[in-house]
Amino acid sequence: MVTLSIVSSNSPAAGRSAPVIEARDLVKLYAARDGRPIQALAPVSLDVKEGEFLAIVGPSGCGKSTLLKIFAGLIPHSSGHLAFRGRPISGPQRDMGIVFQSSVLFPWRTVLDNVLLPVDVLKLPREKIVKRAYELLDIVGLSDFATRYPNELSGGMQQRVSIARALVHDPAIVLMDEPFGALDAMTRETMNLEIRRIWKESKKTILFVTHSIPEAVFLGERVVIMTPRPGRIAEIVTTSLPAERDLDAMSSAAFGEQTRHIRSYFNSRGI
Amino acid sequence: MPKMDSAAGWRFRPEYILIPALFVIIVAAWEGTCYFLKIPSYLVPPPSMIWRAFVAGVGSGSYIWNALYTFAEAFGGFLIAAVLGLVLGALIAQSPLAEKTLYPYLITIQTTPKVAIAPLFVIWFGFGITSKIVVAATVAFFPILVNVIAGLRAIEPDKIELMRSLNASKWQIFRMAQLPNALPIIFAGLQVAVVFSILGAIVGEFVGSKIGLGNLILQANTNLDTAGVFGALACLSIMGILLHVAMTWLQRRLVFWANDASIPTS
Repeated sequence: MVTLSIVSSNSPAAGRSAPVIEARDLVKLYAARDGRPIQALAPVSLDVKEGEFLAIVGPSGCGKSTLLKIFAGLIPHSSGHLAFRGRPISGPQRDMGIVFQSSVLFPWRTVLDNVLLPVDVLKLPREKIVKRAYELLDIVGLSDFATRYPNELSGGMQQRVSIARALVHDPAIVLMDEPFGALDAMTRETMNLEIRRIWKESKKTILFVTHSIPEAVFLGERVVIMTPRPGRIAEIVTTSLPAERDLDAMSSAAFGEQTRHIRSYFNSRGI
Repeated sequence: MPKMDSAAGWRFRPEYILIPALFVIIVAAWEGTCYFLKIPSYLVPPPSMIWRAFVAGVGSGSYIWNALYTFAEAFGGFLIAAVLGLVLGALIAQSPLAEKTLYPYLITIQTTPKVAIAPLFVIWFGFGITSKIVVAATVAFFPILVNVIAGLRAIEPDKIELMRSLNASKWQIFRMAQLPNALPIIFAGLQVAVVFSILGAIVGEFVGSKIGLGNLILQANTNLDTAGVFGALACLSIMGILLHVAMTWLQRRLVFWANDASIPTS
């Protein structure tokens, strides 16, 4: 187990209570083919707290990925208020890391160079951050693969590289958009344990979007339940699992009760 | 470098025998047909005669000199086409407006047989090397342009979003994501273009020239020296193969992550 030697520079000035992301009445409208507006997000209000692991769960088309992309500054919202550390979000923030559903690695870069991509784009001093990149590769269990190329790695390993990449520029928050959706069930369970460990060791705020209810309950400190057409937040559940979680936690009574509660939410609405 | 299966060691494959065997069979059948059917050598010369013409051509230095000249024309044209294709292709791929504006003109130029314009180039640029370089560049330009545009467009939206999420500039997205991502497809275009550039150089020489393998073929043809025509053709084949091998080598080095991407296009 390795802890990062570089202490996070993102210590909030306003104290732990200030939300990293603050969303008030966010609405997203798309123009359909025939020009009629389609509402992707009904007014959505949500605070992402400093250092928390927040899971967003919902069926496909419920707007959870749209919400994440709006948070990332990749697409604009139509109305409402959105702030990152108290400042309105108008575009991509350098203080965010993103993990996509696919690993999105560049096959012409080595594993280490892929992790260092944000460093190159943000023109940070490479030589100062290379050490941190190696530490992150150690955390995700890939320190022996630094000089390999992505096509030599398994799907799970590639996704771990992309997690290290999302952390390398020391962002305040990491946004994850169904990062394990393309992995097989067993790799996925392993990755769930890994990401909990990485969250604890890196002390980052993580926003994790998934359509798997067990995954959301296992990972999140809080679980946001979203329902579709238009996407809205139905309920926010605070999970009651212990902070130290292993896969046995999935067979605990609390886990079963909470997944049942969330599932009934979707079942009762025929989703 | 990633490990390469082919570099693991030399292994015998059936084609190592079959390729030369087929060559021997073709040459023997050709020679036999010419001999037994008494085909006049000005119509179809036997391989033995072509070989003598080839050896004489190489020995006198005539093939070497003319081949170098044709190579210079083709390669010069290829380089110009590559630079223009890259720059214009990049501009068109970045800007939908540029594409919409230029598209009808590009289609017009592309559908016009470039060979038909070659006489004009000789009028404009003379009988020397310039007109041949221009013809070669014109012919080689389109496969490069088309593949540069297709290659730059072929990038997955996720890669662009990743770059955008890092606040990357347009230039950074182009240089660090789009261009390397396009290289396998661009190289497929370069492979086609390198062959086309030889074609262009020969056409240019056919229209009017004093030196070059195309000129040599025309001269031999006029003299009914059919073996000489075949000898010069062999030179052209060798040149084409060498250029292809050189491009493949360059591709393996530069696009090492996608070694099987040489899909022929055009």
